[in-house]
Amino acid sequence: MMTESGRSHRFVGMKKPSAVVLALTLSIVVVSCKKKVPPPPPPPPVTSSTPPASTPQRPVINSFTAEPSTIERGQSSTLTWSITGATDMSITQGIGPVQSSGRRQVSPANSTTYTLNASGPGGTDSRSVTVTVSSTPPPPPPAESTGPRLSSQELLQQQGQDAYFDYDKSDIRSDARDALTRDAGLLRQIFSQDPNFTVVVEGHCDERGSAEYNLALGDRRATAAKDFLVQLGVPADRLKTISYGKERPQCTEANESCWQRNRRAHLSPGQ
Amino acid sequence: MKRLILLASIFLGAAAIHAQINGVINKRGEKPAIAVPDFRGAADAQSFMAVFNSTLWNELDNSGQLKMIAKTFYPTRVPQQPSDFRAPVGGTSQGPWMTDWSSPPVSANYLAFGYTAAQNNQIVLYGWLYDVAQSNPSSAQAIGKVYLGSLDEAGARKVAQEFAADILKYFGATSLIGTRIYFVSDRTGHKEIWSMNYDGSDQKQFTSYRTITSFPVVSADGTKIAFTSYPLLPSSRAAAEKLYAKNAEPRENLGTPQIYVHSLETGRKLVYYNQQASLNAASDFLPDSRHLLIYSTAGGGYSQIYETDLDGGNLRRITHSSALEVEAKANPKTGTDVVFVSGRGGLPQIYRMNIDGTDVSRLTNGEGEAVNPSWSPDGQHIAFAWTRGFEPGNYNIFVMDVANRDFVQLTHGAGRNENPVWAPDGVHLVFSSTRGGRTEIYTMLANGTGVQQLTTQGNNEKPVWSKPTQ
Repeated sequence: MMTESGRSHRFVGMKKPSAVVLALTLSIVVVSCKKKVPPPPPPPPVTSSTPPASTPQRPVINSFTAEPSTIERGQSSTLTWSITGATDMSITQGIGPVQSSGRRQVSPANSTTYTLNASGPGGTDSRSVTVTVSSTPPPPPPAESTGPRLSSQELLQQQGQDAYFDYDKSDIRSDARDALTRDAGLLRQIFSQDPNFTVVVEGHCDERGSAEYNLALGDRRATAAKDFLVQLGVPADRLKTISYGKERPQCTEANESCWQRNRRAHLSPGQ
Repeated sequence: MKRLILLASIFLGAAAIHAQINGVINKRGEKPAIAVPDFRGAADAQSFMAVFNSTLWNELDNSGQLKMIAKTFYPTRVPQQPSDFRAPVGGTSQGPWMTDWSSPPVSANYLAFGYTAAQNNQIVLYGWLYDVAQSNPSSAQAIGKVYLGSLDEAGARKVAQEFAADILKYFGATSLIGTRIYFVSDRTGHKEIWSMNYDGSDQKQFTSYRTITSFPVVSADGTKIAFTSYPLLPSSRAAAEKLYAKNAEPRENLGTPQIYVHSLETGRKLVYYNQQASLNAASDFLPDSRHLLIYSTAGGGYSQIYETDLDGGNLRRITHSSALEVEAKANPKTGTDVVFVSGRGGLPQIYRMNIDGTDVSRLTNGEGEAVNPSWSPDGQHIAFAWTRGFEPGNYNIFVMDVANRDFVQLTHGAGRNENPVWAPDGVHLVFSSTRGGRTEIYTMLANGTGVQQLTTQGNNEKPVWSKPTQ
C-alpha cells in the first residue's frame, strides 16, 4: 500500500475503498450518475477573526489532606489545604469559608467526609477527604497508677529523639550517638513495661538526592540507627526498619536547616 | 596549553554528539519540508474540521521529523482531490499544480491535502500526500487513502492521527499513536500510578493502594508494569494476623517498600514473591519481558542489584559492593549491558557492567550526582539526570553516547529536571521538571527542543513511556 523507502518516488495507488464507502459511492452513482466522490463544499466565507477573550484561571485545589486520616473517637485530625485561582472557598461539615491555604483541626465523633469546594471566574474544583473514626473504644486508663502515667506510645513520641545524618551519609555522628544512647535507655524502659510494644526505626532523606537513591539511603540510615540501638542492648526483634526515602519530609523549605531536619532516623510506634 | 587541548576535545565531543543526536532526530540529514493546508469538510463534517486540522498539524509538527511550512506562505488555490490538478498550458496556470507548492515562497518537498465528508453518520477522510517535485500528479502520489471515524470530534481526531501516522511511516519515522505514558501522581492525596496518552490526554488512575506507590517500569512487550509500593501496616494486631494469614509475603516486609507486578491488559496484580528484606524495589524489565532487575537489601547491608523471574523466583545477585546501588537498566538491544547508579565512588554516578556483574566501569566523570539512566531504543545512548555545574538537587537532563562517553546537556537550570525516559520512536524524551513550580511531566525532542507540558493536576513524576500493547 505505502512505500517506506524514504524519499523515493513511487506511485502508490489509492486504497481500495471500504465497503461502506463503496456502497455509498455506488448509491451516489445510482442517484446522481455523476461523480465518484461527493464534491466538497465551497470554502467557508472569510470572517474577520476576533481574538479569543482571555480565559480566567481555573481554580485548582493543589492539595487537601487529613492527617492522620484515621483517629479514635476524641482524637483530632488536621485538615490541610492549598488552592490557587479561586475567589470562593469553603469546607463542608460546618467549617464554612476558608482562605486559599491553611489548616484546621477537626474532632468528628463519627467518620466524616469533608469536601473542599473552590470556585472562581474560571470554574470550580472540589476535593474530599474522609476522617475515619475507629469504633474501638479507647482502652481504660490504668487503675493502679497514682499519677498520670504515659502510655508506651506517648513516652516514645514525647521522649524519643531523632538521629541526624550528613548529606549522602549513614554514619552515626557524635550528636546522633548521644540521641540514640538516650533512645536506647527509653526503649529498654518501654519494652520492659510493655512486652507487646514494638518500634519502627524510620529512615528519611532530604529532597536533593534522587528518590530512587534516597530509598536505599533511608534504608541504610534506619539500619545504622537500629544496629546502634541493638549494640546498646535494645532487643533487635522489637525493632523494624522502614525507609521512606524523601517521601515523608518533616519540612519542605529549600535550605540547610530544613534539609538537616529531614536527614534523620526517627522512632515511631509499631504493631 | 594542555588544558586548552582538553577543552577543545570536550567541545568537539559535545559537538559530535549534538550532531549525532540531531542525526537520530533527522534520520535523513535534512528534514523534508511539508505543506499542510487546512482541509475542509463537506456538509456536517465541517464542524469538526478545526479539531481535525489542529490534530493533523500537531501530530506532524510534534514528531520532530518534518519541516512544517507556515500556512501564510500557501497559495490561495488549494487542491482538495487529485482531479483538481490542472497542468499549466504554455506557462499559463490553469488551476492548482505541484509547482505552486514546490517553488518559492512555499518551497515544499511534500504536500498533504484532501477533504472530509459526512457519510452514513461517519466521518470519511480522503487524504493524499504528494511529492511536489514530480512532474505529474500520478507519479507525485506517495499516499492516497481513505480513513473512517465516528462523526464527532473524537472521530475527526482519530482520522487525523491515522493519516499523520501514515505520513510519518512514509518518512521512516515511528508514530507514537497508541503509546501510553505511565507516571506517578499525588492528585488523589496519595502517590498512585496513572497513565495518559503521549499528548497528555486521557489521564487515568491505574492503582488505588492509598499508600506511597511509585517508580513504575513497563515491559518491552507492553503487557506488564512493575512498581514499588508500601504494603500498609495493619492498624491492629488482629488485622495484622488476618493479613499475614492470606499474605504470602514475609510479615517482616509489611510497611516497607516492596515490588508489585500488574498486568496492563487486565489491570490485575500478578504474583510476585518479594524476598524478606527491608527494601525491594522494581528497577527494570529485561528486554525479554520475562525477567526483572530489582534493587534490594535481601543480602543484608547496602541496597544491591539483583535479577529475578517475573514472579520473584530465581533470585540472582549481580553486584557485590559496600555502597548503595540502585536503578539498573538493561540495554534494550543486547539485554546484556546494564547501566546503574552507584555510590561506590562517593556521590552517586552512573556505571555500566555486564549483566553477570563483570566489567564495571564508570560512565559519568565523577562530577556532581548522576542518576536516572534510561537507554535509547537503539541501545546506543542513555539519557540521565545530572547536577553537573549546579548545586546538589538541581538536576538537568543529559544524553550520553555510551560507546565514547560524549555527552550533551539538554536542559539548563529551569527547575529540577529528572527521570528522562525515551519514547519508543527514539526521538522524544519524557521527563519531570519543577520549572513551573510544582513537579509536572513534560516531553521534548532528544535534542532539547519542542518542550511540551503534559500534566497540570497535583505533582506528577517518574514517567515511563510504553509501547502499544501488541
